[in-house]
Amino acid sequence: MKQRSLFDVISPIMIGPSSSHTAGAVRLGLMAKNIYKEKPKKVTFRLYNSFAQTGKGHGTDKGLLAGLLGFNVDSEEIKNIYNSEKAKSIKYNYEFEQNIDKHPNAVDFILEGDINMTISGNSVGAGNIEIVKIDDFATKISGELNTLLLFYKDKPGMISQVSTLIQNENINIASLECDRNARGKTASMCICLDSKIPENIIENIQNIEDVYFVRNIKKLEA
Amino acid sequence: MEYSISTFEKLLQACSSENKKIYEIMQEKEAYDFEISVEEVRAKILKNINAMKEAIVSGLTSKEMSFSGLCGDDTNKLKEKYKKSPALFGNLFEKITTFALATIEENLRMNKIVACPTAGSCGIVPAVIIALAQEKDITEEDEINALITAGTIGYIISSKIAMAGAVAGCQAECGVASAMSAAAAVQLLGGSNEQIINGATLALKNILGLTCDPVGGLVEIPCVKRNAFLAVHAITATELVLANVESKIPPDEVIDAMVQTGQLMSPLLKETSMGGLATTKTGKAINKCLESKKQK
Repeated sequence: MKQRSLFDVISPIMIGPSSSHTAGAVRLGLMAKNIYKEKPKKVTFRLYNSFAQTGKGHGTDKGLLAGLLGFNVDSEEIKNIYNSEKAKSIKYNYEFEQNIDKHPNAVDFILEGDINMTISGNSVGAGNIEIVKIDDFATKISGELNTLLLFYKDKPGMISQVSTLIQNENINIASLECDRNARGKTASMCICLDSKIPENIIENIQNIEDVYFVRNIKKLEA
Repeated sequence: MEYSISTFEKLLQACSSENKKIYEIMQEKEAYDFEISVEEVRAKILKNINAMKEAIVSGLTSKEMSFSGLCGDDTNKLKEKYKKSPALFGNLFEKITTFALATIEENLRMNKIVACPTAGSCGIVPAVIIALAQEKDITEEDEINALITAGTIGYIISSKIAMAGAVAGCQAECGVASAMSAAAAVQLLGGSNEQIINGATLALKNILGLTCDPVGGLVEIPCVKRNAFLAVHAITATELVLANVESKIPPDEVIDAMVQTGQLMSPLLKETSMGGLATTKTGKAINKCLESKKQK
């Protein structure tokens, strides 16, 4: 469980008007940026439910784009993000949908570029967010801790190989979640860590046989 | 220090056994929990105070309307009124009402504010602390003590209920902000730990049942004006407390009542814009206008 803080009720210093619909949107964008890593050529933001209904009046559209371009929740660029140089360097569009199976404040980032990836997230209140799906895999990434994300072939021994490499660095694992699309097919692993992961570890994990994809996802600034 | 302060009773016990003020217990707890120094906690608080002051300064001179075009010029109207005739209740009242409106209007303009506890209630705590500090020549250190005191109240309430209109209506947003502000004001005016908590309790008791029914789902109607009203509400609590008026219901029980009231409140009145002001004849008409504006 998250350690509660005095600063849960004082801050963030943020661009208004809504912690869930504006600050949360920026943080979802920042997380999508941290996960995708590359600069996308094109992005479609698919907003659901309350995000779709009242998003425009709350600047949710601007927040999502600003976050994806790397601006933080207190950046004065958010308000006029459509005129910023960074925004002019990518193609983007918005879609609005109602879907009762989705969280009230849900969004999909459909990213196209050297690789294509769909990242789904929710703004869960007070600026807190969660990334719940990457492509076909369920994830649980809140951005409060550094997170290691892996896609790999579903077979015995993978978790122990990865955790051994992490343990050798004396890094504590805060949580670990796995998912797979079918037995023996592709699986995903989401590991939240208490400290930063050195790059050489990422390389070593990448070199494990049948690991397809590794991402070292930085935590969000408070 | 490692303190458990999940209730007001525990907070007061910690204060009396250590012979410390509420802000001292809280800053030591925060430092311990996050492995930082008390000085770092206070520096972070100061950063928030400075951001609050910047929002007030910028909000006092802007007339820019929100994206919806519904709100943004109330601070200016109030300032113009005060130019012609002073506030009925004096300078402090004048500053509190204008500072609260200035801050919440900066919020709807997509400018920078401090969520306290939420963005929709961002005008209340800064208005009370900064107006009092200006009127009473209070030092920066005392402002920091006051904001930590306010934060402690929010911290304890939020251990029972999430600070969100969707969870407990506006009780959990402007209501809590008002309770936080009362505590801060009593701290600034030299009240005891018991009086500080009593101030928060009186403020909270008198917002029970406050719904969240924003027109068009926006943080505008009734949120903007409510920030001014509930900032003043905190001063009523402060005056009563300094006269040794006490809440007959203990603080932790008032929070229980607030949680229960939040649970009993219809979902139509919890940030869904499906009841209350949002679905009045005029509320619906405004919403229709917004819908057509969104298509453009």
